[in-house]
Formats: sequence, C-alpha cells, structure tokens
Amino acid sequence: MLNKRVIVCLDVRNGKVTKGVKFEGNVDIGDPVEMGRGYAESGVDELVFYDITASAEGRPIDLEMVRRVAAEVFIPFSVGGGIRDENDMRAVLLAGAEKVSVNSLAVRKPQIISAGAEIYGRQCVVLGMDVRRTQDPAFPSGLQVVVKGGREPTAVDAVDWARRAEDLGAGEICVNSIDADGTKEGYDLLATRLIADAVEIPVIASGGAGTPAHLAAVLKETRAEAALVASMVHYGTYSIPQIKEELRRHRVAVRMDW
Amino acid sequence: MLCIVDYGAGNLCSVELAFRRLGIPCQVSADPAVLARASRIVFPGVGAAGSAMRELRSRQLADAIRQAAAEKPFLGICLGTQIILESSEEDGGVPCLGIVPGACPRFRFPEGVRATVPHMGWNAVCRSREHALFAEIPQDANFYFVHSYFPQPQEASDILAVTEHGGLRFCSAIARGRLVATQFHPEKSGRFGLQVLANFAEWDGRS
Repeated sequence: MLNKRVIVCLDVRNGKVTKGVKFEGNVDIGDPVEMGRGYAESGVDELVFYDITASAEGRPIDLEMVRRVAAEVFIPFSVGGGIRDENDMRAVLLAGAEKVSVNSLAVRKPQIISAGAEIYGRQCVVLGMDVRRTQDPAFPSGLQVVVKGGREPTAVDAVDWARRAEDLGAGEICVNSIDADGTKEGYDLLATRLIADAVEIPVIASGGAGTPAHLAAVLKETRAEAALVASMVHYGTYSIPQIKEELRRHRVAVRMDW
Repeated sequence: MLCIVDYGAGNLCSVELAFRRLGIPCQVSADPAVLARASRIVFPGVGAAGSAMRELRSRQLADAIRQAAAEKPFLGICLGTQIILESSEEDGGVPCLGIVPGACPRFRFPEGVRATVPHMGWNAVCRSREHALFAEIPQDANFYFVHSYFPQPQEASDILAVTEHGGLRFCSAIARGRLVATQFHPEKSGRFGLQVLANFAEWDGRS
C-alpha cells in the first residue's frame, strides 16, 4: 500500500536555510545540504527547497546548491522559487532535482506546466498554489488563488485552477493555505479536501502544521497523499520519527524502515 | 566498467551520483561501442515511452541495448524497465524493445476504488523469490515510485517482485536471465535503494 508522505520544506536565502519570524524578518538556521541530509537520515520521505530570494530579486535559482544536495541526499527532492521559464526548469532537473515547483509563474503563464511536462514527463512538475477562502461569488469553490507569496489576489478559482493544471500536465499539486499558514493550528482541511477531490494526481497539504495530530487529520480526512512541515521540525519541537510514530498510532500508513 | 545509457530520457545525474557515492566507477554514454565494451549496463529513464523510443532509434541504440541485455548484467530503472517490454499503452500505444515478453498498461483500479495516478511515493516491494539484487534487503522494504504505467510481463517467472496500489498488484521488479529491472527508483530510495545498486554492481549475472 502506498504510504502517505511527510515532506520537509526548507526555505533557502543566499545559500542558507532561513525561517521567517514575525516582525523580525528572516533568521538563518542552517546549511541546506546538511539539513537535507539530516532530515533524510531521520526518515523524511521527501524534501522541498524554495529559493525564496531568487524570485524576489529576479535572479536564477542557486544550481550549485541543487547539485550539492543531489550528491548527498538519495531521496526525492523538489526545487522551487525563481523559476522563470522552461530553461530554468530543465537546469534544475539536470542538476539532480527530482521535481520542479512552479507557482506564480504558472498562473501568469499556464503553458509553462505543459512545457515542463514535456521535458521529462509530468511527474517532474509540481504546481504550488497559495489559496485563501473567500465569500466572493466570483469563486464558485469559495477558494481563491493568490500569488506572490500570498500578497497578490487573482481572479482564479482554486478548484478550477487545480483541474486545469492537471489537464495541462502537472504531476502533483501542493495546496498551501494562506489562512492557515503560520498559525500552527492545523491544515485547512476544507481547502485540501476540495482540491484533492477534484483531481486524480497527488495533492500535498501545506500551511498550518503545528503538531503531528494535524498531519494525521489532513491525511485521514482528505485525499491528500502528503503533508508538508517546516517550523515544527526546524525548531526541534518535533522530530520526523516522532511525527511518523504518531501518524502510525493514528493508523496512517507511513514508511518506517528508513 | 559499468555504463549508464544516456538516451535523452531524463535524470541520469541522480543515478550517476548514487554510483559515485557507492565508490563504483561508471560512465554515462550514448555510444553503442561503449555499451558493447561495458561490463554491465544501467538503463534508466523518466518521461514518456513514445519519445524515449524515438530517441533510442535516432541514436541507433535499440539493437545495442537488446544485445547488451542478452550478454551482460543489465539493470532497467522506471521508464527503462517499461520499454524493455514489447509495448506500452502510453502515447496511444508504442511498440517497445521487446526484450521481455509483455506490455505496460496504465493504472486501472477495481470498481469503486479511487487511487491517485501517478503512483507517487514510497511503497513496499514484495519479492516472490530470492535474488542477488535484493541481498541484505528485508522483504517488503519501501522504495520510491513515480509512474502511471507499469510493467506486466507475460511469463510469471519473469516477475521478481510485486507492489500494491489502489487494490491492484503490479510487477515492481523483473528478473530474466542477466536482466533485472525495477519500476521503483533505487537512486532515490535511500539506503535500501543504494543497496540495490551496490548489489547489481557485484552481481555475476546468474539468477
């Protein structure tokens, strides 16, 4: 039986893993390669590296970092942030990433999804989408896509966008709830459920994880195949084995034999 | 030396890096002469069967691969595994290398089951017999998969291991003579994956 995945997200800024702290900006918390290797050894199923400064500064993604990770970490990892076109996608994949993640760029230019899928197949294209709840009748699902890290609203309905991205060739969708993000009060189950029910491809839940029980809830109560965590493990509040033990206790199938 | 076949079908880099990590010398090549000289062959691949077969033909590699698979230890990975069969349902039906009798259908689940495609993530690999490829690896160990089609060898004796997804049991490893092949990605499957690659590099080609 296919196991549910626990994915750790590492935000990278100027070659260092960083964590946004409210009112304080970003604090560097470690080296991406060492942290990635450490998480892989402690049983994480997958890693995501977001180059958070690349897109803001309009410079290409740090390929050297991707190469260093690929030489040290032998589990799947994806890379996002700062992808400008299919050449960037190809470069990231050639540097050893398993998948490449696009978000705002795909909203602006949906054909980037099909272009990416044509390089090495749809499994290598992850659509990241930031969503928030809305009462506006212009969004039939009640979920609106926002871009630029949640700062900029769009006219796109999140469920429509998920279906369209699947048709265009996305291999996976990461649903990040802007409402839940940073709250540590749990994933947005409704948003995750609506999107995961609408597509056949795997969905990753993101935003709001504060305890292992939050992962259990989203993995049991929705069709999400994976849950993304960041601060709850970066600060040592929980370890990956602790999270997995807890998931197993909740009867969620997870890989325990790393 | 071990040769990784480069035919433009994706991420050879991670396979090469995994062998390097193991200290096993390897060479990445698209040259039929290099394949002929190599001591053993790794035939990886991600992407679509149609374009992979086109690339193999345009690089005149199809015969070299058939010959290598008959003569020396040969490891197919993911798409490389699918296209050693006779055909794939992908891209509206594609004739493939035909080294192993059988085909590659797309996932179809039993009535009432809704499971994700691609089958993406870690899943247990259950061996139907022992083989050097899985030396020192526990039964039902988890490996990383990502695929929408799966190999379906015609002869039961070619099926080395099976895996279950959405109520469907599919062949996740093949062994036939000097040829072994996995639907999962050993190069992305942590320590058990690296063990598979190390086992292959030491295998004498006898089942």
